[in-house]
Amino acid sequence: MSTLLDIQQAFRAGVLGDNDRPARGFIVEDEISSDRRVGIYRNNTLISLSKALAACYPVVERLVGERFFDHAARTFVKAHPPLQPQLLAYGGGFAAFLDGFAPARSVPYLGDVARLEWARNEALFADEAPVVDIAALQRVPADQYGALRFRPHPSVRIVRSRWPVQSIWQVNQADEVAPVDLDRGGETVLVMRPASQVVSQILTAGDGALLAAIAGGATLEEAAVRAAETDEHFDLQHGLVAHLQRGTFSTVSLDTNRGTAE
Amino acid sequence: MADQTQPEHTGFDHLGIPDRAGVGLRHPHIPAFVRERPPAAWLEVHTENYVGAGGPRLRALEKIRQDYPLSCHGVGLSLGSAEGLDDDHLANIKAVIDRFQPGLVSEHVSWSVTGGVYLNDLLPLPYTDEALDIICRNIDHAQEALGRQMLVENPSSYVSFKSSTMPEWEFMAAIVKRTGCGLLLDVNNIHVSAHNHKFDANAYLDAVPLDKVQEIHVAGHFVQHFADEDGTDRVVLIDDHGTHVEPAVWTLFRRALERIGPTPTLVEWDNNIPELDVLLAEARKAELILSSVRAQHSSMANVDVA
Repeated sequence: MSTLLDIQQAFRAGVLGDNDRPARGFIVEDEISSDRRVGIYRNNTLISLSKALAACYPVVERLVGERFFDHAARTFVKAHPPLQPQLLAYGGGFAAFLDGFAPARSVPYLGDVARLEWARNEALFADEAPVVDIAALQRVPADQYGALRFRPHPSVRIVRSRWPVQSIWQVNQADEVAPVDLDRGGETVLVMRPASQVVSQILTAGDGALLAAIAGGATLEEAAVRAAETDEHFDLQHGLVAHLQRGTFSTVSLDTNRGTAE
Repeated sequence: MADQTQPEHTGFDHLGIPDRAGVGLRHPHIPAFVRERPPAAWLEVHTENYVGAGGPRLRALEKIRQDYPLSCHGVGLSLGSAEGLDDDHLANIKAVIDRFQPGLVSEHVSWSVTGGVYLNDLLPLPYTDEALDIICRNIDHAQEALGRQMLVENPSSYVSFKSSTMPEWEFMAAIVKRTGCGLLLDVNNIHVSAHNHKFDANAYLDAVPLDKVQEIHVAGHFVQHFADEDGTDRVVLIDDHGTHVEPAVWTLFRRALERIGPTPTLVEWDNNIPELDVLLAEARKAELILSSVRAQHSSMANVDVA
């Protein structure tokens, strides 16, 4: 006798596959075939998950057009169905999938645009947290600045691309798309949600390296050294103030046992 | 009726779900609900859409929750999974419930997860003793983890299984009896499945324990035509929640209400989501039927007393 698990595994194969064959033996057939019937579930599943991807990746969809996107999305859904029952968490692997998706080879920056859109999606649902303002640092003696450790706001994401990915994203927010010179080089993009809106903006190489090092747990001094190694134009005061003005950090503490600056 | 499921402590003013018409809260309408407090007696959300750490969607619901009674309707617990429930997901659902203190919590008699893969559709169960044991065990587990009674909704479906040994209404009645859960009666689903599986929708109403119904759903469906090999037109009704409620479904709704009495009723509209005015107008139709049945019931009550 078939168990429920057999039916569920067969049904899954029929829904994510191309025909009802795996499930056919379990299903009552009448004037409407089992293939038609299973096809209804296949359609519901593929359409709803493709729509969820389209909602998360509107610029990718705009770049390749609705039909191409739908084909790519359905191919992705069949190969990488959701592993969690939450659509807002679904689709993180789409960028890597697009990198290897042969029909998209002529749009080599597509995967990185998807990375940026996924970062925006993650930022949208990230935890709430306070933001460190500049005033909080005024209580710190100047000679202890190097020992400060910041923690980025939970919504902060950094996207690095060899393509001008934020510029591509930005021009695609308008009805009329202005051209982007792809030869202008890569961009490092900071994505975050300091208040209710997600913002993404281009960072200098030095500011990006500073933030990446801080996010990795470095003190301000350690992070500044790494930023200076990355970018000869790096200016610590300018970079730090800019991050504080954006609301990039949610906590700050002194790297000693003498207490915190919060 | 809904009040027996109320948590004792809550920071919100609107607790129980009234015996009136509510609407499903969908993303395009959220700004209007935050700003204008449009007239809906209560709201229902898909619980999974509010699993998340933070962000504007959660903040909006916290604001809206101050103004409306709320029901949390799950679409991802997969109560019919042979492999049992996902405890991490169950904990996420509990966190949403703790945060928003809904008057009612419901899920579906269906499955969506197997082998760790979530298929994002409400998939059908065979109506067997084995499936009944499994779903009852899962519902017991969920009610225990959530610390409250759940309602379970009768499904719509497009296939039936050779292994089924009982009709759907018997399966539903047995679930309610064994787990102590309540019923969410979806009259559109009854109409859709009655057509697709050739049973009598009224007989379904006769067979399920109507005294356990704490909520009713109405929705629109899609009429899918298939041409046979010989060209004969075949019709499958698809529960797409994508249009107005059909007259036949309103009729079935009224019949159900006449027997159950006024009950919280929700208009679901999830695809081709219309302007809010159109959705609210659909809820007013439900409200009219609710009022007329309420009047009938109170006059019948007077006769009984006399």
